[in-house]
Parts: sequence; structure tokens; C-alpha cells
Amino acid sequence: MDKKFALDDNSVVVIIGSGAGGGTLADELTRQGVDVVILEAGKHHTQEDFENDEWAMFSKISWLDKRISAGGWHHTQTYPNLPAWIVKGVGGSTMHWSGLALRFTPHEFRIRSTYGEIAGANLLDWPVSYAELEPYYERAERKMGVAGTQASGLPPMPPSNHTKVIEAGARKLGYKEIVRPVASNTQPYDGRPACQQIGFCMQGCKVGAKWSTLYSEIPRAMKTGHAELRPQSMVLRIEHDKRGRATGVLYADKDGRQHLQKARVVCVAGNSIESPRLLLNSASSLFPDGLANSSGQVGKNYMNHTTAAALTINKGPVYMYRGFDIATVISDEVHNRPDRGFVGGYHLEGLALHLPFTAAFMKPGGWGREVTSALEQYDHMSSVWVCGEDLPQEENSITLHPTERDQHGLPIPIVTKTDHTNDAAMRRHGLAQWRKLSEAIGATRVIDMPPYPASHNMGTNRMSAKPRDGVLNKWGQTHDVKNLFVSDGSQFTSSGAANPTLTIVALAIRQAEYIAGAMKRREL
Amino acid sequence: MDNKIPPASMRVLGKTVTLSRRGFLKGSGLTALGIGALSTGTLMTPARDALAANFTHLGADVGKTLLVLARDIFPHDKISDRYYMLAIEPYDARCATDAALRTLITEGIAQLDRLARSRYDKPYAEVPTEAERVALLYTIEHGAFFQKVKGDLVTGFYNNKAVWPFFGEEGSAWEKGGYVNRGFDDIDWLANA
Repeated sequence: MDKKFALDDNSVVVIIGSGAGGGTLADELTRQGVDVVILEAGKHHTQEDFENDEWAMFSKISWLDKRISAGGWHHTQTYPNLPAWIVKGVGGSTMHWSGLALRFTPHEFRIRSTYGEIAGANLLDWPVSYAELEPYYERAERKMGVAGTQASGLPPMPPSNHTKVIEAGARKLGYKEIVRPVASNTQPYDGRPACQQIGFCMQGCKVGAKWSTLYSEIPRAMKTGHAELRPQSMVLRIEHDKRGRATGVLYADKDGRQHLQKARVVCVAGNSIESPRLLLNSASSLFPDGLANSSGQVGKNYMNHTTAAALTINKGPVYMYRGFDIATVISDEVHNRPDRGFVGGYHLEGLALHLPFTAAFMKPGGWGREVTSALEQYDHMSSVWVCGEDLPQEENSITLHPTERDQHGLPIPIVTKTDHTNDAAMRRHGLAQWRKLSEAIGATRVIDMPPYPASHNMGTNRMSAKPRDGVLNKWGQTHDVKNLFVSDGSQFTSSGAANPTLTIVALAIRQAEYIAGAMKRREL
Repeated sequence: MDNKIPPASMRVLGKTVTLSRRGFLKGSGLTALGIGALSTGTLMTPARDALAANFTHLGADVGKTLLVLARDIFPHDKISDRYYMLAIEPYDARCATDAALRTLITEGIAQLDRLARSRYDKPYAEVPTEAERVALLYTIEHGAFFQKVKGDLVTGFYNNKAVWPFFGEEGSAWEKGGYVNRGFDDIDWLANA
């Protein structure tokens, strides 16, 4: 059903972004009869456009508008204009995500209480507990079809060569918490087919077995007759009235023409760089430091996980790319055990790369036989991505460039990130454990890789119990503007060590209940 | 049990790049046979001249030098010159319209040749051993010219589907039904690990 809403229709909920947060919110609100207009900056690709080709898809779907990497991380040298690897398009980064649907551990919602005060970090407990979120985690797992969970009833993903080689090493090391909760269908589910073990999951799932809002939540929302999707609509600013209530959003269409869509409620879900950028760009005389920024925390506490990666050359062939991209996850190290020399924990995630990305990420700047002798063993490689908790630090941030503007005339974002000493210690530990795991099964060479541009971006509009500590309350509603919500990973008060998508979806289901209820009660 | 099929052994690929006859005649066959590993300037000259003849704007000498440079940056002894040439050939057309790029390439090569002449009395492409040439590259590796050529090779060389079989990379899989029935779980050596 192609529903159209008028620009001056001020009864609609405007959702900015259509990824894990925005797409889920649209589905959940329209199920409850709420009218929504989804404004998506990127194009509307379909599965027809998906190719099993790493660089072709990188060029096709990535967010490539200019951004600047700043701070102490190596990205200032290696990826100066690509601080983050995320998607611009309908479905957002759920096109690109690996499909790994991990929950936070309970202590990760209470980092200030658990870790105490840590110099240089800006720790805070979430205003939401694991117990409160647990039923929504279950609903998210059912909605997304997470294999091997009780909620979905789907059988686990069958092990690939890559799974088997990593798990053999893990068991020799004594690891026991070996899991693989992936949101890809192990049998037909929710109108989508079963996984064909194609690989190339991060290039967009060609058959639609891996969950994405592109072909799951967005079409379902459209079918209700309560949703209109406007792709290639870049939101420039959020407007408000004299009382400080959001009244609508100004956006540019694909031809650069500007439109003002009125709104009853505005939900921002543009990922952790664009969402705070939009709030900062919406500064006005009433909100001189940016919309909903009385705390000064908009754009602060940028987290992208403490990550590292490594390639192992095994003694026999593996062909890590054959099958689902996430091979396995070792969760034994996710617990908080400060005796390791750091607080928080990490997952060791087996993640396959094809040859072109292996060549690009293995040793950026590297050349000569050190590089080529390894690449010639590509068929023998296994690969890990260390995904660990990243402590919030106020100076890690999204800020606006003082002079440089984008194609819409808006200041381009600067993404500043410097490791905390805790991050560096965790990274070293993770790589050392992977090396031991690899050597336990006779690997001849392990190559540590620097972190590649992160797809996990969090924390830049964080939740807080008190308005002075953060931007949002426990519902993702801004402390300052009652009818303005944030619905993406920028809500996170801590990063946890889990890939963020499942938590974003769980929060969006919960937020949709809250918004629909508050609208019915005329509180919004 | 009747008709029980014993577990198949792992589907392993031979890491070879198929050569066309044309490629062989152009000289790339020599490197495929391992002669390129000697990498002596004299032995390779006729074949490389043939390949570098396509550099109509920048000239065959520049083409030949870029080819030697590309091999020294990412040396794979069993991969023939023509796959490296495919990665660097686009410079010739691009330099015809992009003056800044042309300056970067021609001045970069001139500097490399100057360094080679002062140390070895020969232009870079004629310095006989890889070790001697690599020693020169260490002095320019942080410069814009080297970074540009190296950066472009990462995609120009490794993203060429024609070289993937050499590494055991099978490329696009969806049109073959993925690996669900083509051995995604047939690893057979772990018991001995």
C-alpha cells in the first residue's frame, strides 16, 4: 500500500533513518496503528543490487560522505576520511551487519557501579537494567530469527570449516562458552528463506536469509498502510516551537530541494555519527548548544568497541569464506575479571573476510614479502575479530568542522577517538589469547591486524537517570524535548562487548510501546 | 549399511592461474614457469617490452619501471607479469588527462631512477636483484608516489578476479547456490591437529 502523508500533516511520527533502530521502530509503531513517515538519507537498494563482491558493495552502499578521523587512533593515518564503516541506504547498516545477535551481559548495564571510578573515563550506569530489557531481547530474537535461541525456535547455524578450526583451538585452550547466535534463518522463517551458506553476508544477503530491515520491517510497515518511506531524503535540521517542542524536520530530497515535514513526534535513528550531528546542527536561540543538549553530552562519549583483528595461517586448508560469515563466538572472556589487567571483557568472534579485504586490512601500509607470503596462504587462514567493551570518554566525540561543509552546506563531522589504557590492555590480551588458540591447533603464523573502520558506533546521545549526565531518559526520550526521541545505538550508556544490533532492536521495540502508549494517553 | 557413502575428503583447490595462449606468447608464461623468480633484467626484457608497449602516453620505459615496482611491492613469484600490468596500465590513460597524476608518476620514477643510478649505476628496472631494489624502496616508501602506487595495487591487483584462483579465493557464490551443498563443512585434517 503506497500511503502518502502531506508535508503539513502534523499527526505523524517522523523517523529519521531506516536501519536497526528506525526500521524496527517503524514496524512496531505501525503495528499499533501509528502513522509514520520514514526519511532515509540513502537510496532504496533491493536484493537485485547485491553482489558477492566486497569492493563493489563497499562502493555501492557505504556512507562515503566526507568525515574526518581525529584523535590518537591509527585511523588518522590509515583511514583519514573513513572513521566508520556503515551504510547509507534503506535498511541502513542492517544490510552490512554480520548477523551476530549477542545480548549484553547484566553487569554491562551497570559499569559505574561495577568498575567504580576510572581515571580518564566517563562511566555511568544505564537507567535500564538487564532484567527490564530481557523480555525485549527475547522479542528481538524472535523478530529477527536468531538461530539457536529458544525465542525463535530455529536450530543453530551448522558449523563451517572456519567454525570447526576455531572451536578446536578454543577447546584445547579450555574455553567453554562457545556460542553462535546469528540472525540468519536455518530454516524458512518469517517469509524469508533458509541460509544457503553463500558467505558475503556483509555485502548484503542475496537471498534474504540474514535479517535486515530492508526486506523485513520496512515492507511490513508499508503494508499496514500507516507508513510512507522517502529514500534519498537527508534531514538537515529539526525545527521546534517557542515552547521547545519539536514541530517537524527540514530535509533535502535527491535533487537538493528542501521540504519541511511537520511531526507530532520526531525519532532520530541515523547512527552515532549522524544523530548527534543532526542535534548539533539543529542549534537555535532556545537551544544554543544544539537541540536537547543542556547536559553538553550530545556528541560526547563516542564508543566503537575495543577491537582488534588477526589472521592465522593454519597447517591445513580452511576456506574461511565458505559459509555464514560469523564462524563462532568465544564468550569466556566477556566477564569482568580485573585480574587480567583491565575492566570489562570481550568476545573473540570468528569472522571471514574474502581475499580483497584481507589484502586491504591485513597490514595497511604494508608491502613486500612479509605481506605476500601471508596472502599466498589465504586458503589456510582463519580470522578473528576481537570485540570488547570500550570505555566512554568525554573527549571521544562527534564535533562539527568549523569551516568545511558537505553537499547540503552542513558542517562535516569530525570523529575523535583515543584509546583509554584499558582499551589497549584488553586488545593485547585478546590478541594473545587468539595466538594461543591458533598455536594449540598447530598454526604456523599469526598476523595481528590493526582495527579496521568500525561498524559499531555508540554512545553519542547517551541515556542517563539524571538530565545533567546524558541526553536521554530510559525510553530514549530526550530530557529536554518531550516529543523528541533517539532510537539508535547512540542511546547506549556503555558499549558492552556485544555487537550492538540486537540491543538496538530490543530498545526500539520497547520504545515503540512507550511512544504508542504515550500518544494514546495524549501525553505526546 | 548399504549404500553408505564414506565421508568425502575436503574440496581443495589447486592454486594455479590459467594462462591463455596469448598470455603465454606475450611472455607471461616465462614467469609462470618460475623463471621470473630469478628476476634478472636481461632475461625478462623482451617480454616486458611487449607488455610495456601499451604505455603510449607515458612511454614504454615508464611502463616497464612501474611493472618492476609493482612486482617488488607485492611479489608473487608464480603470478605472471601481465596481471601486474593490468593493475598499472590504467595510469597511462589517466595520466593523459590528469596532469597532477602524471607529475606524481613521472617525477616519482625519475627520483627512483636517480637513487638507483647513484647506488647501482643503473636505472631502477635494471637493478638485478629484488633485495637491492627493495633497499631503494625503503627510502621512498613514505612518499606520495610510492603510497599512491601501493594503494592502487591493493585494489588493482588483489581485486582482479583473474588472480583469485591463485590464492584459493572462489569469488561470487550465490549463483552456484552458495556452499550449502558444496563443502562448507568438509574440513578433514583437524583430527590430526
